[in-house]
Amino acid sequence: MKIAVCIKQVPARDWHPRLNESGSWIREQDAAFEMNEPDAYALEESLRLKEKHGGEVVVCSVGPARVAQVLREALARGADRAIHVDGDGFSGADAFVIAGALAAAMKEERFDLVLTGLQSDDQGSAQTGVILAETLGVPHATIIMEVQASESGLRIKRELEGGWFQWITMPLPALLTIQSGINQLRYATLKGIMAAKKKDIRRVEAPAAAAPKQRIAALYAPEKSKKTQMIQGAPAAAAKELVRRLREEARVI
Amino acid sequence: MILVVAEHRDGKLNRASWEAVAAGQALAAGQAQSSLSILVLGANVGAAAAELSSAEAQAVVTIDAPALEPYTADGFTAALSQAVAELKPTTVILPHTYQTRDFAPKLASRLDRALVTDVTALKTTGGVTAFVRPMFQGKLTADVVPQGDTPHFITVQVGSFRADGAARGAAPAPVRPLAVAIDAGAIRQKPEAPFQEARQAVDLSQAERIVAVGRGIKEQDKIPVAQQLADALGAELAASRPICDAGWLPMARQVGSSGQTVAPKLYLALGISGAIQHLVGMKGSQTIAAINKDPDAPIFEVADYGIVGDLFELVPALVDALKE
Repeated sequence: MKIAVCIKQVPARDWHPRLNESGSWIREQDAAFEMNEPDAYALEESLRLKEKHGGEVVVCSVGPARVAQVLREALARGADRAIHVDGDGFSGADAFVIAGALAAAMKEERFDLVLTGLQSDDQGSAQTGVILAETLGVPHATIIMEVQASESGLRIKRELEGGWFQWITMPLPALLTIQSGINQLRYATLKGIMAAKKKDIRRVEAPAAAAPKQRIAALYAPEKSKKTQMIQGAPAAAAKELVRRLREEARVI
Repeated sequence: MILVVAEHRDGKLNRASWEAVAAGQALAAGQAQSSLSILVLGANVGAAAAELSSAEAQAVVTIDAPALEPYTADGFTAALSQAVAELKPTTVILPHTYQTRDFAPKLASRLDRALVTDVTALKTTGGVTAFVRPMFQGKLTADVVPQGDTPHFITVQVGSFRADGAARGAAPAPVRPLAVAIDAGAIRQKPEAPFQEARQAVDLSQAERIVAVGRGIKEQDKIPVAQQLADALGAELAASRPICDAGWLPMARQVGSSGQTVAPKLYLALGISGAIQHLVGMKGSQTIAAINKDPDAPIFEVADYGIVGDLFELVPALVDALKE
């Protein structure tokens, strides 16, 4: 099975947000970046499918030169090769622009299965995978918790809300967005890191960007919906004070 | 015209649909000459349409087709792309449910129109509406303006607009059926019946007090720290999704959009940053207290009481304080 995994490089989880001067995007030069966590689960699932059914895993990402770092990391975990749609104009790009760039680079490859995370930890619009499926003309399913592949197609477990699930059968080729927690992630071994150095990252020139479908008019720290009483002091004193307020003010204990 | 797409299961509307109606009415109020219609699609949608007709709306449009039951992304995209061509709305509003997430990007892509997801508020100035949504796991908020030709598609986050705030009409809105052609043979997804795994042993929705842990607990061996506090408070132990993904606590104890929705008297969040997927499951709690080492953690936006600090120092101190 020839599997593509689309991964995004996003600001690290412990990153402290800082805005650019116009307040329309973050100051990227201040951020440390890492692999979008849901995409890491999609990568892991593709490696497990390859171990079971054979084939090839190709990781694909869109962004500037720094994106090569997460592609190299995916290669170290076991992906066979990578496609990097390289361009500087993807800062704050919407899902249509990203999916369009991915589709152009992936079309000729004729993948049997395309996996990606259910959403990104940066914009979190949860659109890119589904738009990519429509653009590639393949069926899709989202928020997947189990993948069974056979020659006739896929049987997949889709997560619904509130603890409900549903099995769906679907022909290949297809695209799935993977839910976090579907599997246990592996980490790169030293051998994997060494092997990754010899693996191919195909650099693709970014296509003429599609017209954006969103404009971020402003980006700012969230407004509080409640007036939070922050309790200061050393741990013992703060704990005592919280217990007092929960007893006497809120009367919930 | 603003078109709200309602969602139902077996003819029963979900609350998110009424929230979407409230959002649609709020958007219409900010625009001149704007009317609102509500669309419901599926098989046997009569009961859902009757319920929706109590809303203040120009019409309730129904698409009743056997090929739409059960839900599939292919079927819904085919039906709704025809409905949009027929009704020509300027904005289409949907509830941000797992079902909408499954088909809305496909629909928007097929029609080559903008889609703004997970919207929590509207800001209309000078005839232009910006849609407010979280980004970066709730660390930042963005005002997003959809670009390009209409209709623009908008999904509204569950719990952001009040279902009981949806205006009701003086008389029932007329119900109008809309015929669309759906080729059942072209639907590629074949769904089986939904099921629950035998894991609903814990009903957190009935708990009076909940102590919930997030990534800040750092390792499975530290879970007993939180359990001691839960015991001291007579509380149930719960967790955010990453903790259950890692297998540190069973999935049955997960609070959030993919887990349980809770509204206890006290919700005490330990080391939970407060991503929107978690907040939608607990922000209805009567009193929320949060402990987190990051003063900018989004959990503090919904908390009544907050302490910035190390939970491994604060939790034992709380257990001691409760003994007094």
